[in-house]
Amino acid sequence: MGQSLSIHNLEAWYGSNKILKGINMEIRPNQVTAIIGPSGCGKSTFVRCINRMHETLPRTRVRGEISLDGRSIYDLNPVALRKTVGMVFQKANPFPSMSIYDNVVAGLRLNGMKNKQELKASAEKSLRMAALWDEVKDRLNYSGMSLSGGQQQRLCIARALAVEPSVLLMDEPASALDPIATTHIEELIRSLKEIYTIIIVTHNMQQAARIADSTAFFLSGELVEHGPTSEIFTNPHDKRTEDYITGRFG
Amino acid sequence: MEESENMSNKKKLTASLGDKTFRLLTLLMAMSVLALMVWIGWQMVDSARPSIAKFGFTFVIGRVWDPVKEQFGALPFIYGTLVTSFLALIIAAPVGLGVAIFLNEMATSKVRSVIGFLVEMLAAIPSVVYGLWGIFILAPWLRETVEPGLAKWFGFIPLFQGTPLGFSMLAGGLILAVMILPTIASISREVMAAVPNEQREAALALGATKWEMIRIAVLPYAKSGILGGVMLGLGRALGETMAVTMVIGNRPDILSSLFAPAYSIAAVIANEFTEATSDLYLSALVEIGLILFGITLILNVFARLLVWSVERGPKGGISS
Ligand SMILES: Nc1ncnc2c1ncn2[C@@H]1O[C@H](COP(=O)(O)OP(=O)(O)OP(=O)(O)O)[C@@H](O)[C@H]1O
Ligand SMILES: [Mg+2]
Repeated sequence: MGQSLSIHNLEAWYGSNKILKGINMEIRPNQVTAIIGPSGCGKSTFVRCINRMHETLPRTRVRGEISLDGRSIYDLNPVALRKTVGMVFQKANPFPSMSIYDNVVAGLRLNGMKNKQELKASAEKSLRMAALWDEVKDRLNYSGMSLSGGQQQRLCIARALAVEPSVLLMDEPASALDPIATTHIEELIRSLKEIYTIIIVTHNMQQAARIADSTAFFLSGELVEHGPTSEIFTNPHDKRTEDYITGRFG
Repeated sequence: MEESENMSNKKKLTASLGDKTFRLLTLLMAMSVLALMVWIGWQMVDSARPSIAKFGFTFVIGRVWDPVKEQFGALPFIYGTLVTSFLALIIAAPVGLGVAIFLNEMATSKVRSVIGFLVEMLAAIPSVVYGLWGIFILAPWLRETVEPGLAKWFGFIPLFQGTPLGFSMLAGGLILAVMILPTIASISREVMAAVPNEQREAALALGATKWEMIRIAVLPYAKSGILGGVMLGLGRALGETMAVTMVIGNRPDILSSLFAPAYSIAAVIANEFTEATSDLYLSALVEIGLILFGITLILNVFARLLVWSVERGPKGGISS
């Protein structure tokens, strides 16, 4: 089941550079929330705070509160948290020394799953969900690097899905995909919200409009506006949101 | 139109001419390395000829080294060299890898720079200084503490039997381990530092612990480089002369116990070259050098094959 997220006064730094300047946001379970905003405004940093990936880098700092179904994520072991909060990165990052199959089941193996039948079934299911199964089913033992960029990204999506998290963070998962694969992924996201809470960073406004229940607009490390997608796109309250949506923005 | 075509053709011609000269030049340089190798090899074979003619293959398997009776067999030296080098490798490879993992993945940047510097300093110590340390500290320590202890607990294994003498293959192996540790550690560290951070994050995001991250993301990515570092360390151990000859005991025997003294190829060449008066004696020493040359060559080819086979990984991927 998806879990809700509640974010209070979230601030994040890279060195002395303050990237997030006090974000407050409620994310409801089993919904797709789109994060939009110009390049460099802190979208990736924001989602990387939610699975505590930001703080793994040297000289970074996070302050504020994030809770998952009412429980602070800082009370959880980060390893356990990341099994609940999965992530697909902006840049595809399959493990080059592993086969396609091994990539998909890498997370399951970390969780201690050994049963071959189960692993196989789970790999197929995840690859189907990520719209990659038909392209790779005959060469599952090939290297993950033998795939095209877009295929690699879908492989990473399958890898994240395989561990069945309850929250899925997706940082521009479709930026390297062709329209057909993008459509598949969008369908996937729409169907996944039955099970997951999904937060997706996207530069594609139409995509946000198509798949997101709610949309948040970030600007220079601040959350300008967050509301139902239809409202953000048709009747934004903030002038800056309107400018960005209508493309009158740098 | 025509003129511009002419121009571009001309340009192409000069460019390709430049390319050709450059290629020829680099080819020449590459060939000169090969020529040097062949020339050295040939010279050695030539100088070793009397010994090769007299002993043939028995030189390699002969166990007696008696310059007075002009009886020369190289096996004890081959044995001593291989045993001490592999002992060094068995100790230094895991420790070096551990140091590299600690420095790269665990240590804070301050600790990393201090310990990293110290490890690199190990490589800067001259081998004769290592030898002195071996004579005055390592060998007595082995004789009084380590060897009796090993004999007590593991004495049922032939490797740990016999009188503790201190000056032994164990001492040679240990001193070599210390000497090749920085090579293995610093090369492993470099290749691990070159692993893209996205790889680490991919593992962490799946819920990997730090150790699991190292196991599934860092080590597989770096393994061929690490293997290269280990082989470089082995190469250094095989050829090391001074420190080994100071602690190994310099006796051309083949004994199973690591506590026993032995002799290495490099050590015997260095020690006996000045006293080799007869042609046969001299050529025997050259031939034994040739054998060392051959051993390193074979091991390097073997290492290359190993690197290839681990690099290949799953089908269809061309990894850099
Ligand atoms: N590794 C890093 N070290 C230092 N500063 C960084 C690092 N990564 C990002 N930043 C800074 O943090 C700010 C926000 O970056 P972030 O990646 O969150 O932007 P983004 O909104 O995801 O942009 P994009 O749409 O281009 O992906 C940027 O201004 C950038 O300069
Ligand atoms: Mg980003």
